Formats: sequence, C-alpha cells, structure tokens
Amino acid sequence: MNDGGHLLFYIAALPFLGALVPGIMIRAGRNACASFTAVPTALALVLLGMLAPAVLRGEVIQAEIMWLPQLGLSASFFLDGLGLMFAAMILGVGLLITLYARYYLSGDDPMGQFYTYLLLFQGAMLGIVISDNILLLLIFWELTSLSSFLLIGYWKHLPEGRQGARMALAVTGAGGLALIGGMLILGNIAGSYNLTDILTQGEAIRASEWYLPALILILLGAFTKSAQFPFHFWLPHAMAAPTPVSAYLHSATMVKAGVFLLARMWPVLAGTEAWFYIVATTGLVTTVLGAFIALFKDDLKALLAFSTVSHLGLLTMLLGFGSPFAAVVAVFHILNHLTFKAALFMTVGIVDHEAKTRAISRLGGLRHLMPITFLIGTAGALSMAGIPLFNGFLSKEMMLDAASDTVWAGSDWAVPVLATLGSLLSVAYSFRFIVHVFFGPVRDDYPAKPHDPGFGLWAAPALLIVAVVAIGVAPFLAGPIVAVASGAVIGGDLPYYSLKIWHGVNAALFMSIIAVAGGLVLLAAHRPLLRAWDAAPRPEAKAIFDALIGWAVAATRSVTEWSHNGTISRYLAIFTVASVGLGWIAYSGGGLAAPSREVLPVPPVIAVGFVLLVTATLWVATMHHNRFQALVMIGIIGLSISAGFVYLSAPDLALTQISVETVTIMLLLLALHFMPKTTPKESPMGLKLRDAAIAGVAGLGVAGLAYAFMIRDVDTISAFHLDNSYEGGGGTNVVNVILVDFRGYDTYGEIIVLGIAGFVIYALMQALLNGPAARRLKNADYSQDRSRDRHPLMMVVVTRVLMPIAVLVGIYLFLRGHNQPGGGFVAGLVIAIALLMQYMASGFAWTQERKKFEYHTLIGFGMIIAGLTGLAAWLLGNPFLTSEYGYITLPPIEKFGLGTAFAFDLGVFLTVLGAVMLMLYSLSRIARFAGETVNVEPMDYDPGERVADEKTEV
Amino acid sequence: MMHWIILPVILPAMLAPVIGFVMRYDITLARTASVFGSALLVAISVALVIIAGDGATHVYELGNWPAPFGIVLVLDRLSALMVLLTNALALIVLIHAIATGWDTRGRHFHALYQFQLMGISGAFLTGDVFNLFVFFEVLLIASYGLMIHSGGTARMRAGLQYVVMNLAGSTLFLFALGTLYASTGTLNIADLAQRMAALPAEEAALARVAAMLLMIVFAVKAALFPVQFWLPNTYANAPAPVAALFAIMTKVGIYAILRVHTVAFGPGIPGTEGLAGTWLFPAAIVTIAVGAFGVLGARRLMPLIGFSVVGSVGTIMVAVAAFSEMATTAALYYLLHSTFAAACLFLVADLVVTRRKSDRLAAAPATIQNGLFAALFFGAAIAMAGMPPLSGFLGKLLVMDALRDPGTIGWAWTAILAGSLLTIVGFARAGSLLFWKSTATAPAVPDPSETPVPEIDAPQPNTATAAQVAPSMAMLGMLVALAVFAGPVSGYLEATSAQLFDRAGYISAVLTPGEEG
Repeated sequence: MNDGGHLLFYIAALPFLGALVPGIMIRAGRNACASFTAVPTALALVLLGMLAPAVLRGEVIQAEIMWLPQLGLSASFFLDGLGLMFAAMILGVGLLITLYARYYLSGDDPMGQFYTYLLLFQGAMLGIVISDNILLLLIFWELTSLSSFLLIGYWKHLPEGRQGARMALAVTGAGGLALIGGMLILGNIAGSYNLTDILTQGEAIRASEWYLPALILILLGAFTKSAQFPFHFWLPHAMAAPTPVSAYLHSATMVKAGVFLLARMWPVLAGTEAWFYIVATTGLVTTVLGAFIALFKDDLKALLAFSTVSHLGLLTMLLGFGSPFAAVVAVFHILNHLTFKAALFMTVGIVDHEAKTRAISRLGGLRHLMPITFLIGTAGALSMAGIPLFNGFLSKEMMLDAASDTVWAGSDWAVPVLATLGSLLSVAYSFRFIVHVFFGPVRDDYPAKPHDPGFGLWAAPALLIVAVVAIGVAPFLAGPIVAVASGAVIGGDLPYYSLKIWHGVNAALFMSIIAVAGGLVLLAAHRPLLRAWDAAPRPEAKAIFDALIGWAVAATRSVTEWSHNGTISRYLAIFTVASVGLGWIAYSGGGLAAPSREVLPVPPVIAVGFVLLVTATLWVATMHHNRFQALVMIGIIGLSISAGFVYLSAPDLALTQISVETVTIMLLLLALHFMPKTTPKESPMGLKLRDAAIAGVAGLGVAGLAYAFMIRDVDTISAFHLDNSYEGGGGTNVVNVILVDFRGYDTYGEIIVLGIAGFVIYALMQALLNGPAARRLKNADYSQDRSRDRHPLMMVVVTRVLMPIAVLVGIYLFLRGHNQPGGGFVAGLVIAIALLMQYMASGFAWTQERKKFEYHTLIGFGMIIAGLTGLAAWLLGNPFLTSEYGYITLPPIEKFGLGTAFAFDLGVFLTVLGAVMLMLYSLSRIARFAGETVNVEPMDYDPGERVADEKTEV
Repeated sequence: MMHWIILPVILPAMLAPVIGFVMRYDITLARTASVFGSALLVAISVALVIIAGDGATHVYELGNWPAPFGIVLVLDRLSALMVLLTNALALIVLIHAIATGWDTRGRHFHALYQFQLMGISGAFLTGDVFNLFVFFEVLLIASYGLMIHSGGTARMRAGLQYVVMNLAGSTLFLFALGTLYASTGTLNIADLAQRMAALPAEEAALARVAAMLLMIVFAVKAALFPVQFWLPNTYANAPAPVAALFAIMTKVGIYAILRVHTVAFGPGIPGTEGLAGTWLFPAAIVTIAVGAFGVLGARRLMPLIGFSVVGSVGTIMVAVAAFSEMATTAALYYLLHSTFAAACLFLVADLVVTRRKSDRLAAAPATIQNGLFAALFFGAAIAMAGMPPLSGFLGKLLVMDALRDPGTIGWAWTAILAGSLLTIVGFARAGSLLFWKSTATAPAVPDPSETPVPEIDAPQPNTATAAQVAPSMAMLGMLVALAVFAGPVSGYLEATSAQLFDRAGYISAVLTPGEEG
C-alpha cells in the first residue's frame, strides 16, 4: 500500500456517511442542510487534493481490504490519473450542484431527501472511478442506477418523473446486468478481478475465445449508461428530474460512467476490429443523430439532453478509434464537455426558475432581462459549438483531426464527413440556443417576468464558465491533468499532441470552418426545417419503450395467470404427471435384480375382498358427489384394508386401522350434517377423462412399483429390531417396541402432529364462526333432515352399557401393548370411540356436563408426559427417550414388567384421546352455533315419565 | 452428553403445549413465553453453530439406539446453520406479529408458532429419512394452522389448496420411503449412502425411482417448477408475518435435496449418478422464469412477493443442481440472503397493506408515513432483486461465478440476469405505483377489468410504532450484515459444503460414532 492509500477508503466512504446528514440537518433549516451536505464532499475533495500531487507525478495509489475472498471480491481502490480526473470532476461539480440546488429547490420540495439521494449518487459514482476490483466497480455501477432512479423520480407526483426514473432504471439496469456477465467473463480470462491485474493482460484477453462475448456484454453496459444509440432514449426522459440533478447526472457523472468504463478498459479491450467497428460506429451514429434531434427540440432541457447524447457519442467514437491520439482527445473533451454542459444546464435551470418556462417557443429576448444569465449561457453555448477561445474549440479541433485520417471499412471519407456533419449540427443547435433564447425582441407573454437570479444561483455556472474560458485561452492549464489521465487510459507512452489554439492550416481547420458556416446556414433555415421535422413521421422512443414494457407486463401477466389459475385439480394433475414421468425415467435408467420371491396363491376369500376393495374405490371416485355414499364406501375401503392386515399377520396394524377408521368415519358423519348433501359437478367430461387417464396411469405405476419390490428380498435393518426387542426394549411386541422405543422419536413427532391437528381444528372453527360461513350456518335450515328421535332409547341404553366395557378394553389394550397387539394409540382411540358413542346417543351438551377435564388439557398433558418421559433419560445420562424398565412385584398381582415406555405410551394415549375429543367438541360448537337445540336429558323421551306429563311440557 | 442437539426440538415441543393449554386465556402471558422461548432458541442455535464449528459431525442417538437401527440427530455445520437461520428469522417475525397484533386475530397463534419451529428444526437436525417425514408432517400441520390464522374466505380457499397440495406431497413421500426401504433396507441417511454406494447400477432401478420421487417431494416444499403452483397464492393469502416465517419453509425442501441427494444419491454413487442434477437444472431455470414473470405481471403486491420467492428458489436451485462444493457454497449464501429478503418484503408489505386496505397495485391515497414505508420497501426490493449494496448482489455473483461450466453457463447466466432484470422492472413498477403515484392528488380510476381483490382484514390507519417497524429494519440489518461480513460467512459456508460433500466422514460419524471420538 502506498502512502496515503488509506485516504482512499475515507474518500469512498465520505459521501455514504454524509448521506445520513442532510436528512437530519434539514430540521435545522435549509441553509444548514445544504452546508452540511457540502461538508463531506468538500472533505473528500481536500483528501483527494492531498493525493493529487503524487498522482500527477505518475504514481498510482492503492488500498485494499479483503471482503469476499471466495469470490475474489475485495474492497480495493486505486487512484491513477483517470481516476483522479473523474473524482475531481465528481466532487467538484458535486459541490457546485449542492450550492446551486440550495437556491433552486422550492420550499415545497423535501430538501433533506434530495441531498441524501445526491450524496448517495455521488458516492456510487465516486466508487466507480476509484474501484480497483471490477466486482466492486459493478456494485457501485448498480448503485448509480438505483440512486439515479431516486433522483430522477424525485418529483414523485409528476408522471414524467416516475416514468423517466423507471425507464432510466430499466435501461441502465439492464446494461448493468449485461456488464456483470461481461466482467465475470473478463475476470475469468484474466484470472483476477483486480483491474490492476487485468490491465496488464490485454494481449491474453484479446486473444481469448471469450473476448467477443465479454466485449459485447461490457459494451452493453457502457452504451446503456452513456446513452449510446439505440439506448439513447432514456436520457432525455431523465430530464424530468429537477435541473440540478440533470446538470449533475448528464454532465459530469452518470452518463460519463459509460465513457469512463470504455476509457478504463481501453488498454485491455481496444485495438481489435470488433472494438473499432462496434464502438466507433455506435459513437459516430449517436453523435450525428443526437445533434440532429437536438436541433429540433423546443424544450431547452431536451435540447441539452440530445446535445449530451451527441457529445457522448463523440467521446465513444474517439475511444472507439483505438488510436492513442484519439484517446487523448477523448480525455480532454471529457473535461471540456463537463465544464460547459454543467454550466448550460444550470443556465437553463435559471431560465426555467425565473421565466417559469423552458420552451424555446415561449422565450426570446432574455439578454436584456437577464444579462448575467445571458453571458453565462452564451459562453457555454459558444464552447459547445466549438468557437475559438472557448475550451470546446480545442477538443473539437483535435477530434476532427483524429477523425480526418480514420478509415472506416475501406472508406477514408465516411468518418471525416460524418464527424464534420456532427460538428455542423452541433454549431447549429448551439447558436439556436443563444439566438432563440436570448436574442430577438423582448416579449410580453412570459409565464413569469424574467430577471437575473440572486448570486447563489448563478455563482456555480459562472465559476464553470471561468474554467471554460481559462482553458479555452490558456490550454496549458489543463495540460498536466490531461497528460496523466490520458497516460492512464493508454497505459503506455503518450502520443505526440499539443493543447493549443492554433494548429496551423490543416484538414481539421477546414472541417471546422465548414461546420461553423454550415451550422449558421442551418440556423437561418430553421423555421422551414422545423416544419419538415414536425411533419415527418419518426419513431417515438418513449412510445416504443412504453409499448414494450406494456407488452411485457401483459404477456407475463397472461402467462402467469394462465398457468397459476388457482385450479388445484390442474396443479395436482401436473404434479402426478411429473411424478409418473420422472419416476419412469429414473426407473428406466437402471436395471432390476432377479426376483427372489414366488408370487403366493390367492385364496378365494382374499380375491373377494380384493374385488370389494377395488369396487368401493371406483365407487368413491365416480359417485363422490353423493357425500354420504362416498363416506360409506370409504368405510368399506378402510375395513377391507384392515382385513388385509389381518390376513398378512399384522394384528397391530389391523387394530389401529379399524379404530382409526371408526373414529374418522364417525367424525366425518357428524361433519356431513353441516354440509350440502352433494358436491357440485364442475368438471366437463373431457377433463374427467383426462384426470381418469392420469390417475389410472399413476395407480398402475404405484402398483407396478409395489409389485416390483414385493417379489424381491432385500437385507433390511429389521432383524436388529426383532433381536433386541425384548432385551433392549423390554417388550415382546416388536411393533410396539419400535413405536415407543426404537423409533419412539417418530411417535413423539406423530402425537404432536395429532395434538396440533386438534389445535388447528379448534382455531379453524373459531375463525369460521367469526367469518361469513357463520352467517350461512345460522340461516341454514336443518329441520328437514332432523331425526324425529334424535336420541333413541335403544342407542342410549346400549352405549351406556358399552361404555365400561369399551373403557375396560381400552385399558386392557393399553396395558398389554408392549407385549401383545395394542398400545396407547389404539387404546386412546378405543376410549375415544366409547365417548363418541355417548355424545352421539345423548347429545353433546348432556355429555359435556359429565366431563371432568378439558380436552385441551388432555392433549397438553399427553404431549408433556411423553416429553418428560423422554427427558427423564437425561437424569441417567442417557439421550432423549432412552427407555428403562424393570420388574415389579405388587401383591396380589404377579410380577410384571414396567418401563418408561409405559409412561411414554400414556402420553400417546392422552394426546390421541384429547385430540379426537377436541375435534368432536369443535364440531358440536358448530352445531350449537347452527341453532341446534340442547338437551339436558339423556334422551328425548324419558321412559320414566308418563306420556301425559311429557305432552304438557311440549 | 450432547443434549444441546435436541434442544431446538424439545424446547418448543414442551413450551407449545404449555402456551396452548395453560396460557391460552392470557395473551400477554402467551406472548412473553413465546418471545422468551424464541430468544432462547436463538441462543441455543448460536451454541450449536459454535459446537458444529469444530468441523466434527455430532451425532445424537435417540433412545440410545445406534444408527441405523434407531433414529439419530446429526449436527454438522449445515444443520446448525439452518437451525440458526430458522430461529433468528422466527424471533424477528414473532416480534412483528406481536407488535402488529396479528397474533390476536385468531386462536393459538403462539402455540402453533412454537410447534412450527419445532417441526422445522427437527427436519434440519434429523439423520433419518422417515423421521424427516415425521417432521415434515409436524411443520406442515402447524403451518396449516398458521396459514389460516384469523380466517377469511380467500385465505381459507388458499389454505385448502395448500393443504391438498401438501397432502399429495406427503403421500408421494410415503411411496418414496416405501420404495426406498424395500430397495435398500434402511432409512438412515448415512446407512443409505453406504448401501447406495454398494448398489450396482444394474440393480438400482427401484432405488432410482425412490431418489427421484423424494426429489419431487422436496421440490414441492421448495416450490420448484413444475410443482411450484401452490406457493404464490398461499403466501399471498397467508397472514403477512406467517408468510414471512414461511420464507424458511421453501428452504426446508432445498435443504432436504442438498442433504439427501448429496449424501445418499450424490456424485459418485453408481446407481443415481447425475440423476438429480440433470433434472434439477432445467427445473430451476424454468422456476427463475416463472418467478420473474410473476413479479413483472403481478396485479397485487402479495402475489408479487410470492413470485419473487419462487424466483429466488430457482436461483438457489440452479446452484444446487451443480452438486459441487463451490456452487453449494454460493447456493447456501443465496439461501441465507433470500430467506431474510423475502421475510423483510412480507413484513414491510404488511405495514403498508394493512394501511391501504388492499394490496392491489394501483394508485390509492398515500398512507401515513409514506416516505418511511417507501424507504423500507426500496431496501427490501433491491435485496430481493439482487441489487447492491445488500447481500443479494453478492449472492448472485457467487452463484454465477460458480456456474462457469460450459454446459451451464449460457442458460444459468441468462436466466439469472434476465430474471433479475424482469424482477427489477417489476419491483420498480410496483414501488412507483404504491409509493410515488399514490402521492399524486388525482383520484385513482378503478379498472373494471380487474378482478375484485379481497379486503385485507382490519385496516389500521394509525402510525406505525417503533416496535412495528423495528422487525423490518432488523431484517434489513441482517441483509446488510450478510453483505458486510460476506467473507467470514462464506468461509463458514465453504467449510459447510466441504463437510457436506465429505460423504465418508458423515457415514463414519453416524455409523461408528465411537471411533470419531
């Protein structure tokens, strides 16, 4: 790190840190706000000044902090001649803009915001020109797009501002993205993302096969930023920004970023045919086109905008020539263009500010009314036209000189002629600016009476004009900085050039004379030309852009809304097709081992059961519109599957399946009461056939898969479970031991699922009862389908009798679970069934009266007991859910085994029971809400009472 | 004994029932417990990251049964990171939910929230695919409850679709697990990896089917094309804080693919070589396009954000599909980033939308504190679009830098860059309509062609309190921190992917834990 390198960090950080200030200082008033905005900029400028002597001596100052080494991204900065020139321009003009904006912005404009955006933008711009790492440069590059978006859209209530901001963001953002690609490729070729490394690898990069893609992508970035044809259209629309923004963005900074990039990459990318033809041609076309359009713009800012486009084209063209001399000219012209263009923008701002219009057709004669402004504006415009004694003349002469000996595709006149034409047009619009605004008679229809503004507003442009004239008269003043900046661009020895007014009689002089004379002729003929221009059809860039964006939005919207149309059946169809298709592809990519199992014979009973199962399934699929029927069929399916489990010697599964089935069907039956009897028929026949085909193929696929693995043996881990069930798990029922011990954690998870389900149903019911569904429920008429005998005597009696038996069975199943089929899950379900039956027989309210505990609590206790059982293992230094068991003798019972698994199973039991009951409770709340009457007696008819008494009651 | 590993599961699992049953009548109590629990979870997660930082793969044998016979939890850098990400996100979102009063608009918010965290952490920590299924169920059932929290017709409808789609996914998960067990005889990921390595390609057809089906299941969770359809509508209609928390849900799917399809079916396994990457890559490319199209074409803010989440999933998966260490590092960085970015957007959108009555992208009278919300939205949007100075830009650079393979560079770079452009334009459009155009005095002309948009519940015209804005700011802060500390973070992530691809290390740590020390 050179001496003073650390200063670069401060310079880079100052604007960003400073951006925090204006937003706060605006509370102290507008002057304080502007002054405090100037502080970080001025400070950065001072620091830059401290580094300047070394840079002017030819040193390069570097500083680096690693940021993301995995990517090769470091916060590394370097300051060479080019960086110094740009940094000084950005900060210097930044200061002037701060001053100018203080007096330009009206009281209604949020000034704090403005200065914050301005400093953010300044920081981003400064970052670009002093970044050593190209990835860091990309970051700043995108930041300029973002912060300029904010600046251009500053007057957010104006549609032009919003649209202009979005257009600028879209165009420069797109270029920025292309630039990312280009820079990454460049870094890959060079093997480093550090500019100082890349700049030494020009030969290798130009020879690489990736050179052209990288070049095109980088140029896309540069051209969009610097508003080169055909991306030039965003720049004039960015003029919707307040004038200080335009003056900053379009003279010194934003648009110069592209030119800066071309200059920065010049040693690496320039010098090839591709570079010459793409860059020089684009620049040439842009410069002529921009100047031509500028001639016809009525809005002063638009005139300057297209003039900027034209001058940027000029710079691009010069850099595109690829010759060192042209590069020097480009550097010199960057400096000159900055001075006069910033001054001109500010002049226009003053005119706009005072006359309340910037339409040329409404102006004229201002030289008497605004003499100071007239002087400033005229000097700037003369420089823009390239008139001697102003700095624009010097670089224009040198440009014409460079153009005069450039050969384009074998033609040695194309470039000189077009360059002269560009200058000619430039002269024409510059003089038009002077003549149509300041000369002519004083009018009496200005929107406001124009007069010169206060010193604050004209000080900044005046200062710039001093520079314009100073360089124009004494070009050697700019000598050192041009030399050192050009040296950085060329990356080698400087070519011969001299910055002076008189170069003798040469081709450039004649071209210049033609330009001035032709320009004056054009101005004289401006009126008829303007009529022709207005009459001529021409593409309106904004309309095209808007149409393009509009089309993109419409197209993406229709694609999105067509594909995401909310039809769940289609989503499922796609999901199923994808699963089957990809499953098949995966399957066909490998082979199968030979089958190792015989297919078992099918006994007739099983065959019947199978047919029953298939029939019921098809029935559900076809007749599901009748909900009740479908439910019955689902019951049949469930029972068939349970039978299958029994046949396949899986009593645990069968028990669980039967009880789950019973509970589910009972709850669904209760829920059916509140739903329409049939579901609506929505799918047309074609859709049904499609879905049937998909479902059929998927079903066959699953069946085939199952068949494929059922006829093959595989070495599984289950042998371990069988071996260790009794010794390690303390139970002989390996299924239960797996559930509560080997994989108790799974069970723990599943009971939590069940518990959460209880919660969710409860919460859902609450939400429903507070929503529109509640109104429907209240107004539904359930009287038609209400049974005359809601709580039949027989059912009440039978369920009462069954209750203790069922509870006993439940407890029995629970206790024996560890060794025989059963367990907490089944037991919970069985007891839930017993309770469910009471509810069904005698109604919810009656049963509720007799309930001693809350269901919420039941679930909670279940989960917590299971969890605590697991945690208890910690006390013994074992992992969660490690089981312990021992044998206990409790007279008069025989010795029996008792393990922690028992407690865990208790948790399972409670959660299952609680969850089922909470679901029931939720359903009955709906019933109560729907206006169902509440009975306090177990039956509708009390058999103990006499009929006569009952009648009086009704 | 390393009980630390199971704490992220046990703590919420014990806390949630208490909140749900004991504290359900006192919202202040429930809030206190929930925040306390979440804060504790963050602390635990930090401890886990520190523990995992030693580079060893820590194994917790549940029930003291050795793998592969019992279930094991596996803590390595990746799972520790994901758990920390989850809990850090959850704490911030929880504060938002409390500050904005979302938690009182329905029942059992805090209990479900804790259960949700339990499910997500459990999925990240498990070393067993069946147990992964169980925790998928836990996190899904809790998410059903959170999704429909506070009700409303549109939300119920979207919630039903979410449930149906995920039930289909769960069913396929079971098919896949059945096939897997029937073809390899095990469910432990390490054991699976070992057995898959020994399985010759000539006999791998069934295992390949299982691998593919598992990938589809995970893709449903991750919202990858062609099974992403459920996401935009679900997120758009979920309560905003829940949508913000759901930013982690897609990552569960991505994590599962990373873990299972790297360790068990990853590179070098003869039976399934290249299977996942071949199909993930084009799917990811299309996913980016779907997301970008959805962002640009959105009519409403919430679906716009939902689609941007889809797009970010695509970006992550493009990198994952490469199944290389470098690309995985990039994918993980982008994963961290996109989680916070998506959550931030949802939180900011919540602040705006509850004050606008509708999330339709049209000019309406500017809300109170328009400037503040605009600034927050701007920050969140540039994060999501992958613009500097926030972490998304670095993430995109990392992903692109990692995908330099000639076969992928064209598609991947084009998709990422073009997708970014559409996203930028889409967000600029939305932001300018919401925050700029709304300041114009002209009253909005209702467009009759637009479908009616359901009103967002309980519009509150009041100013946002500090507590309401702080979570969004915190999210932005996380994004800034990710960018500033990109170097150290990537260092950790590099070590993470190296560990992930060290299949032998994982297998020996899980199956022979004694020898690991």
